[in-house]
Amino acid sequence: MTENVLDVRDVSVNIQGKKVLENINLTIQQGEVHVLFGPNGSGKSSLLMAILGFPSYKVTSGEIFFKGVNVTRLPINERVNLGMSVAFQNPPAIRGVKLGSIVNHLVSDSNKLAEITEKLRFPPEFLQRDVNLGFSGGEVKKSEILQITAQGGDFVMLDEPDSGVDVENLQVVGKVIDELFKERSGLIITHYGYILRYVNADEAHVLINGTIVCSGKPVRILGQILNEGYSWCMKCPKVIKAHQK
Amino acid sequence: MVHEMPKSHKGSSKMKSKPDKSRSDLDVNSYTRKPKRWGSRSIAHLPEEFLKRASEVGIVSEENSRSATYFQVDHSVTAEIVQNLFQDKIEVMSTKKALKKYRWFKDYWWKLINADTDKFTALAETRWDQGYFIRILEDQKVDFPLQACLFVSTDNLNQNVHNVVISEPGSEAQIITGCTVHPSVHRGLHVGVSEFYIKEDANLTFTMIHGWSQEFDSRPRSAAVIGDNGVFVSNYMCFKPVKSLQMYPVAYCRGVNSRVSFNNILYASEASYIDAGAKIVLQNEGSGGEIITRAIATDKAKVYARGFLQGEHGGSKAHLECRGLLLSDEAEIYAVPELLATSQGAELSHEAAVGKIAEEQIQYLMSRGFSEDEASSLIVRGFMDVSIFGLPKDLENSIKQMVDITAQRAL
Repeated sequence: MTENVLDVRDVSVNIQGKKVLENINLTIQQGEVHVLFGPNGSGKSSLLMAILGFPSYKVTSGEIFFKGVNVTRLPINERVNLGMSVAFQNPPAIRGVKLGSIVNHLVSDSNKLAEITEKLRFPPEFLQRDVNLGFSGGEVKKSEILQITAQGGDFVMLDEPDSGVDVENLQVVGKVIDELFKERSGLIITHYGYILRYVNADEAHVLINGTIVCSGKPVRILGQILNEGYSWCMKCPKVIKAHQK
Repeated sequence: MVHEMPKSHKGSSKMKSKPDKSRSDLDVNSYTRKPKRWGSRSIAHLPEEFLKRASEVGIVSEENSRSATYFQVDHSVTAEIVQNLFQDKIEVMSTKKALKKYRWFKDYWWKLINADTDKFTALAETRWDQGYFIRILEDQKVDFPLQACLFVSTDNLNQNVHNVVISEPGSEAQIITGCTVHPSVHRGLHVGVSEFYIKEDANLTFTMIHGWSQEFDSRPRSAAVIGDNGVFVSNYMCFKPVKSLQMYPVAYCRGVNSRVSFNNILYASEASYIDAGAKIVLQNEGSGGEIITRAIATDKAKVYARGFLQGEHGGSKAHLECRGLLLSDEAEIYAVPELLATSQGAELSHEAAVGKIAEEQIQYLMSRGFSEDEASSLIVRGFMDVSIFGLPKDLENSIKQMVDITAQRAL
């Protein structure tokens, strides 16, 4: 029997009293990779933050189960320790905190670390830099992926892994992500879907105005979005219905 | 966050006089002036608790890992040693000795600081208790650091030292100075007048670490003058509580292309009152400098982090950066950056940011599995990162250890 890794049940989320997500239902089973599409500001990153437990993303109703554990009220680090990990789109720079000190905390095995850095084509001196301080778009992606690989969680969430990366780096990052998902389940947020050239996703969802309005085969949904834009989704009866509410 | 220069100086000068006034009420006659005398000996022959305290301010007892050592306990000089290899490169002796030995020494004595400046400089003149004279000879590159320790071993002592450092033309050296007290010392007053002469093409890195005690007051009074192409780097660190510390060293970039950097790391805990700043006066073409301050205030500590850049010459450039981290609601950090340009083409700038640890940084680290406390500790340690100062490796490592202990204690 396949198990649910992530089970988001009827979740609504507020940020500073403002509703950003409404009645989200999302189930990801062991070994599956799902994709979340949606226009800017539709709530994709908010959903990630809520799943991870960022305190400013307040779950006002519903529950989040991870590997059968109700994590709705758990602090971030406890969820992470159950096996969740996330690669952020715009992680904060922390002066004086070296990328290496974070990564070394995550892996005790220095050989393993060397292996990962090589795979990502990361020069070793990169570990001596202050995390995210003055990193280029590609460097942010690589550093985030390095960290989640080091973390070793078996459920990975990626927030726009293909934004702000040049073509060459997208290829490097794409291959590593593909490899990452050979042993992991996950959720990928993408605006343009470039990353899907490298990763086989099982299911896609479209998030509009804080609601999942449509789910289905990633290739088919992406094709429609690329051809007709999110305006195509706006015409969907489900979206119109959600708006009327 | 970049603030614009305030339109009026009234506000800041008013504030400046407030803390200084209340704190300069120290009664300089309330301390003892009669400590036990100490004969000369190597550092290794000092009592163990002396060595332990000295090591906490960067002074090592293995004298052969330093090119020279000056050690003063209370009012007595216990060591003024130059290692054999460095005999023809540097000179180290007490300033009393130097004044007797060299006729020219008076040309460097009270030349950058006026003894009438305040009651502490006056005290250093009228009740002067030694201090070090360090001279790096012309064109000598000294690859092992020199060290100087000013130690107070008697409770309630007043120690007034007057130091002179001369970097002769083309010389290069690192000096580590540690000022600290014996564990039995609670109260006391240390006054340290220091005059630095960095001549043309000379390069001096001066690192000072303070480790006082909760009822102890400290008043360093320092000034430096830098010649053509000279470089002066002044690093200052204070991690332990102090009753009050007030200092405002000034560097005159007098030569063409002369440069100065002031790097301060202040960790103020308990009821510490720290008023620390630096001033740079740019007086020639191509002269430049920077003041970088990282200040942490916790418990009920108060920190005034000042900086003053004065551009008197076109083609000069300086920057001031102050970051303050508050770890307690009862603590206070006041950043006072001031810029004064009196010549067209002097480029002066500053950044100041004061606040608590950013939530998003903690949450980011928590998403990597760190607990909230571990995340805060990592951020606080990072805040006091000294790897950018280019210190000798052994000193950098021992400072890192101090930072680790301090960060652990903080949270």
